[in-house]
Amino acid sequence: MKHYETVFILTPVLSDVQVKEAVDKFKSIIEKAGAKIDNQENWGLKKLAYPIQKKTTGFYHLFEYSAENGELIADLEVAFKRDEKVIRFLTTNLDKHALAWARVRESRMKAEKN
Amino acid sequence: MSKTDIRYLTPIDIEVKKEKYCRFKKAGIKYIDYKNSDYLSMLVNEQGKILPRRLTGTSQKYQRKVAQAIKRSRHIALMPYVTDLYKK
Repeated sequence: MKHYETVFILTPVLSDVQVKEAVDKFKSIIEKAGAKIDNQENWGLKKLAYPIQKKTTGFYHLFEYSAENGELIADLEVAFKRDEKVIRFLTTNLDKHALAWARVRESRMKAEKN
Repeated sequence: MSKTDIRYLTPIDIEVKKEKYCRFKKAGIKYIDYKNSDYLSMLVNEQGKILPRRLTGTSQKYQRKVAQAIKRSRHIALMPYVTDLYKK
């Protein structure tokens, strides 16, 4: 079992519905490939540290998922590249320390919400 | 004249070397998160350049992880590649 984490940025011109649609689309790609989504975060509209495609803000989303192997990553990244709504994405492999931190982070986020 | 009679006009500086330590080893941090740009901001200078080990005292093992995390953070636009007066 391998664990991955993907952060991607959507263009700020989208409406709430369009954002949700796009997120669901990528979520279904992950799930169809037989991976399990462990955590999902929505950071909302954030300011970018530098302009990308002449945009200074973007909707940040994070997926944390686990799969048997890394075959789905290639398909997922092709989907990100083809989608014009996505302005940046980053997929990282999580080792055991990262995984431990992800759990701490998740519980902290929940505590903040409450 | 014995040694004790030597007097200096200005007190001489006695170099006290402050022992450097690796902040990650000391705090037991195993994973450096690229999503936490506030934390990483103390490992870069005002221009957003990664600070060398000789200034931060980070061990070789963790410096590699710091560099990797900062580069990831830059890619996802949480930290700048180049800037002036990056907030401390």
